[in-house]
Amino acid sequence: MTTILNRIKVALGPDMAGPGFALIAVLVIFSLASPQFFSWATFGSVAFQLPELGLLTLAMLLPVLTGGLNLAITFTANLAGLTVAWVLQQNGGADAGPFAFLLGSVLGVGVGALSGVVMGLVIAYTRAHPILVSLSMMIFLRGLGEFLTRGGDVSGFPAFLQPLGHGSILGFPVPLLVFIGCVLIWHLLLTRMKLGFNTYMIGSNIEAARYSGVNTRKVLVLVYTLSGAMCAIAGIIMLARFNSVRVGHGESYLLITVLACFLGGVNPFGGFGRVIPVAVALVVLQLLSSGLNILGANQHLATAVWGILLITVMILRFAAGHFQSLKRKKG
Amino acid sequence: MTGRESAKSGQKPLLSLRNINMTFGGVRALKDVSFDVLPGEVHCLAGENGSGKSTLIKIITGVYRPQDGAVIEFDSQTYSHMSPVTAQNSGIQVIWQDLALFPEMTVAENIAFQTLLGRWPRFVNYNAMREKAVKALARLGVTLDVDRPLKDYAIAQRQIVAIARALVGEAKLVFMDEPTASLTQSETDHLLDIVRTLSASGVAVVFVSHRLAEVLEISSRLTVLRDGALVGAYSTDGMTQSRITELMTGKTFDQTVRASDVGASPVVLEVEELSLPGQFEDISLTVRRGETLGITGLLGAGRTELALSLFGMLKPRSGSIKLEGKPVHFSSNRDAIAAGIAYLSEDRLSLGLIQPQSIADNLVIASLDKITVSGLLSDTRKRDLVAQWIADLGVKIGLQTDAISTLSGGNQQRIAIAKWLATDPRLLILDAPTVDVGARAGIFDIVAKLAETGLAIILISDEVPEVYFNADRVLHMAKGRIVNQFLPADCSLAEIEAAVYA
Repeated sequence: MTTILNRIKVALGPDMAGPGFALIAVLVIFSLASPQFFSWATFGSVAFQLPELGLLTLAMLLPVLTGGLNLAITFTANLAGLTVAWVLQQNGGADAGPFAFLLGSVLGVGVGALSGVVMGLVIAYTRAHPILVSLSMMIFLRGLGEFLTRGGDVSGFPAFLQPLGHGSILGFPVPLLVFIGCVLIWHLLLTRMKLGFNTYMIGSNIEAARYSGVNTRKVLVLVYTLSGAMCAIAGIIMLARFNSVRVGHGESYLLITVLACFLGGVNPFGGFGRVIPVAVALVVLQLLSSGLNILGANQHLATAVWGILLITVMILRFAAGHFQSLKRKKG
Repeated sequence: MTGRESAKSGQKPLLSLRNINMTFGGVRALKDVSFDVLPGEVHCLAGENGSGKSTLIKIITGVYRPQDGAVIEFDSQTYSHMSPVTAQNSGIQVIWQDLALFPEMTVAENIAFQTLLGRWPRFVNYNAMREKAVKALARLGVTLDVDRPLKDYAIAQRQIVAIARALVGEAKLVFMDEPTASLTQSETDHLLDIVRTLSASGVAVVFVSHRLAEVLEISSRLTVLRDGALVGAYSTDGMTQSRITELMTGKTFDQTVRASDVGASPVVLEVEELSLPGQFEDISLTVRRGETLGITGLLGAGRTELALSLFGMLKPRSGSIKLEGKPVHFSSNRDAIAAGIAYLSEDRLSLGLIQPQSIADNLVIASLDKITVSGLLSDTRKRDLVAQWIADLGVKIGLQTDAISTLSGGNQQRIAIAKWLATDPRLLILDAPTVDVGARAGIFDIVAKLAETGLAIILISDEVPEVYFNADRVLHMAKGRIVNQFLPADCSLAEIEAAVYA
């Protein structure tokens, strides 16, 4: 029994233990509490809600791995969404064709990436703290977005965008497929590409990485650029889901993305963390809020429970670490 | 040598330990160790990294509790174990290598804050603190501005502040853990004078140092540990450095001059009149294939800055660098690495290796191209490459995925060397590569073998014996200039030491 457990542990990696355990706990507890929980309806709603938060969390993950943070993710996403909306409106609004959407998406991703490039350059060359740099970018983007939209919604998009937010392919929601695709790209980037390797090294010790010949500035700029581009993808999915763009969309997700990274075993100081456990942690958070919803709890209470979960995880991690060091001492 | 006067036998020890055993997770860190310190003597505790020195100090200061049966006698009191409070109250103080001071606070606060702890009412009497601090510094024969923040002072003065703090705690016995590791020779001499003053005033000092010359100069007695067991306690009269090394490692090292003549080999590196004002001036040198060029001099002589300029991390103002005859201009160390130059940093812990990351990742970081297959990193290639280097350099590791911080200093340094060898360098710059006495021989065996394969090596060290015994040619740098060249084959160690430490 223990050998099987150990083998699973090795295969999944040690950082999978926390999110994996939380996933099982949430599934078991809610299945016992409500007969409706373990159903396609629940998983369906999770599958549609997960991608927005998930894509933003992926955008947060890379900067966190370098020991930084990107506080501008939600506003970058919405600015990219606005770019798409603007291109659509210039091309006939509700009558715009797929080509206009494609063009808009390319420009939107470009806008997201540009926000990342600027932050990356400032962080890499001035060595200002990423919190301050991305906070400034966040305020700039919010102001710019509110100026452009006068604080209101932009809507009236062509009907063919509907499936991108609400459709399914072979039973899988389209946003979920986009999210899974992005998870796989991030996984490949972090496990098999030089940029990913260097991201971890920089996160642990940027000076030692520089002495080893890592182009630390280039890595930082690329990390923030990719983060910005991922925000743009989140922004386009949000546009399709809400059928509108608003500068403040998803604002409450910002700090939850940081916590989702942490729940997924990412080291808050950088250098360690993998994509798959973070994705599992996101599923846990979403199941938790859906489960509470089914039990009839208030939506705000669900948010409070997320907070409690994360605090519990911190205490458990401390206890686990303490227990292990005790075991080591006693032999 | 006032310290020697107290080495008379038959005196009742100030501290006496018997039957000290300590086990960590199945590893016996200390086996039946006994240890005596006489009142007012300067005693050296010697041993390689991992021999149990720190564990022993931590038992004496109450951080660890030894296994049952231990007897600790201090100042005519008998204990079965110490606690940090009893240790401090009875007059045992430790100055750890990192000093444990507060850089932002003033000298006076640093020296006297301990006397405030646990007092009631909880007010701070700054005048009393200043007085205590001034008095403690006066006892050491030092004047510092006690109102200035500690961060204004260099490491040597901070060391003195740490000693003064121990004196305020009315120490009878002071442990100093590697106190000279970051000091220059003149600072070291000053520190040794202070230790003698301390000893003359009746405070016993236990010195933990791997610089054997100092150990012999300052201490009257010596206790040697090896693998957690006591090798013995010796008087330093008639003791030699090589004898201590032998006791510490259990092996005999016959140090012989390795220098050989490589005059006919092709020149790998040619530097002409290289200058970076404020760091180094007018440096010209050549290194040939298979040659080990030693560069020595005190800290601050510009050695590391010169190395960083050759490695593309500092831009020299004027002069030229030629690699195998072709002039090179590096805009970053990546250019230098691509051109075949490798630089092993003097600061292994924070610049040489990325301590939290794995052994394998640390080894491949500078040569990712070698493990890339069609644009993606290959785990198999990485594993094979790492396994090969670990076998070649004789590194002892657990798993490749273990953090590099789990390795001993010597094994870490081998991984750091392997990292650079994996980049296929033509010139390897080693900046203060040795870790401890036992690991030193292993590292230099590797260096000698590398030179035989035709690699050009620049060996930088502030310990003259290291370059004397391991380089073919030695350059002496002082105040940013090369002032002298020595050929170890034709001159004595003492000649070079006299010139460098003058």
